[in-house]
Amino acid sequence: MSSATSRTSTLGVAPPPRPTLSFDHLGCVIAIIIGIALFAAPFATYRATRIASGEARFLIEALPIAMGTVIVVVSLGVAVVAVLVRDPFGRLGSAVIGLAVLLPALGLSAGFLTPADNTFARVSPSLGFWLLTLSFSLLAIDALARLRLGPYGRLVALAVGVSALALLLFSGIWDSLSILKEYHTRADTFWREARQHLLLAFGSMAAACIIGIPLGIAAYRLKTLRTALLQGLGIVQTIPSIALFGLLMAPLGAIAASVPLAAALGIKGIGAAPAFIALFLYALFPIVANTIAGLSQVPAAAVDAARGMGMSARQQLVEIEMPLAFPVILAGIRIVLVQNLGLATVAALIGGGGFGTFVFQGIGQTAIDLVLLGAIPTVALSFASSIFLDALVDLAKGAHA
Amino acid sequence: MTLPSVVRLLGLLLLVAFITMPQAFAFIFEPLITRGAPAIYNQGSLLALTLQHLRTVFLATLASTALAVSLGIFVTRPSGAEFLPLSRSLVNIGQTFPPIAVLAIAVPLVGFGEKPTFIALFLYGLLPIFENTLTGLTQVPAQAIEAARGMGMNAWQRLSQVELPLAFPVILAGIRLSVIISLGTATIGSTVAAKGLGEVIIAGLQSNNIAFVLQGGLVVALLAVLIHDGLGLVERAAARRLGRAPDEVS
Repeated sequence: MSSATSRTSTLGVAPPPRPTLSFDHLGCVIAIIIGIALFAAPFATYRATRIASGEARFLIEALPIAMGTVIVVVSLGVAVVAVLVRDPFGRLGSAVIGLAVLLPALGLSAGFLTPADNTFARVSPSLGFWLLTLSFSLLAIDALARLRLGPYGRLVALAVGVSALALLLFSGIWDSLSILKEYHTRADTFWREARQHLLLAFGSMAAACIIGIPLGIAAYRLKTLRTALLQGLGIVQTIPSIALFGLLMAPLGAIAASVPLAAALGIKGIGAAPAFIALFLYALFPIVANTIAGLSQVPAAAVDAARGMGMSARQQLVEIEMPLAFPVILAGIRIVLVQNLGLATVAALIGGGGFGTFVFQGIGQTAIDLVLLGAIPTVALSFASSIFLDALVDLAKGAHA
Repeated sequence: MTLPSVVRLLGLLLLVAFITMPQAFAFIFEPLITRGAPAIYNQGSLLALTLQHLRTVFLATLASTALAVSLGIFVTRPSGAEFLPLSRSLVNIGQTFPPIAVLAIAVPLVGFGEKPTFIALFLYGLLPIFENTLTGLTQVPAQAIEAARGMGMNAWQRLSQVELPLAFPVILAGIRLSVIISLGTATIGSTVAAKGLGEVIIAGLQSNNIAFVLQGGLVVALLAVLIHDGLGLVERAAARRLGRAPDEVS
């Protein structure tokens, strides 16, 4: 898959001269979603216990009347801006204001709906809340895409988003929400699984870099190795994760049974070892392929000049070729990280731990909050890492431009 | 016959032989089992599970292709151009969602079974196809479209006779990627009680029967590799028909 961002400008046909009052098409869609969210969908769900079936609470019942009115007024304001205002800054600003009112209000609603001294009742966001969040986010994402922020701009936007989320989580505003109650009853496990998740994802990525980059350099020089290696790793890439975990269990189990040292090191058929190895194998392909691609696009003139300056082959590699190939290798690392953070979820199925533990437990107990407790951090982590590394790739490219 | 096609054929024969008469292979898995546990999956026919698995993937891919290609066409027309920047961003964001998260979130909404699996497959399958449709349609050379216009073709003719055929190999590459992801997600679908090959692996994990895990893993892996390979052949044939260099798309 190749992105074609450079084509956007040639394709984005210049808009015809606008009449004085024109409706933004995307804005109309967003306004319709906001309308449905406010008046036709429940804002929150109330459950008497964590696995009881939910009762819908519309906006008017879910919040004190003043706060409910504020939400309606702000949301309608955002809808008007979405339809009429074309300036991306204005659109972004209104979306941010919308989110800044909506997100804390969810916590208020949870406190409002939970009867005093009731520790069993659960309040979780419902369709209306999700649709409002969706429409405000769509508006913000669209505005950000139109602003075409540079790498620093995107890093700042990411930092603002992360801090806002941290503020919501640690200020206690959301503490009455069902998912946070779920978190508080298992905070220790949560952080243990979080550490395990990161260990699996980042550890296997680091291992893949240590092995994959030298392999890529060797494969760049030797054509026979290159073809065989890329084909072999390509095949591994197509094997579904759970199948690969399964395929690794038998040999690892056998090793653990026959080599006491391996068993002492914690290598066994189930658990983190097969998961780590599987993630490592998946990670090799993008790293090796991008190392080769990065080295192939180093201009021959640069290498010639280095040779002319009397550099040894080693110096050429370290001082010229690798720095020039770096942005492409970094792009490979970005692919690996996002892929690993997602795949590590499946590791829980074979006892490898990670956020997947909550997802699969939640599926087993049909407790959606538990599922979300595992799924939301996973999605947030991969989302943040992809923005962060995308910006780094752009910065690395810029350094050589 | 070249070496790759011999390997391909052998792989296919092995797969078909195993899923139609698994008992004939029992001797391979017997060393792995303990305490008289069955060596070959005995809670359903492997053939039926394979067909069910393929059916789910096929239907979901068909649905995602229809919607993703239509959306891709829509946002590259002047009337949909306002949606283009947003749709690009959404595809990028969507791909950071792990398929298992989509699957898990669908369960509470629609219940256990085929439905959440189908939804996850459908939603997740949209992304690569949509992305490649965009790439394919935006890479059509402006001269080709100009020439078509000069020949008096209307917008619909330009789309169906020039743009889509030129973008076809790239769209096909997206469909291939989508199918491979779906095969994997459908396997995980067995954790939410969807019928499919994941059942064999899950049953093995639950009853601590490594033979089940291994044979389930082997069948799923072989199936994925063969389908990936087969679709790759179709893709190269399509590219060759356009007289392009058969570039390897991964």
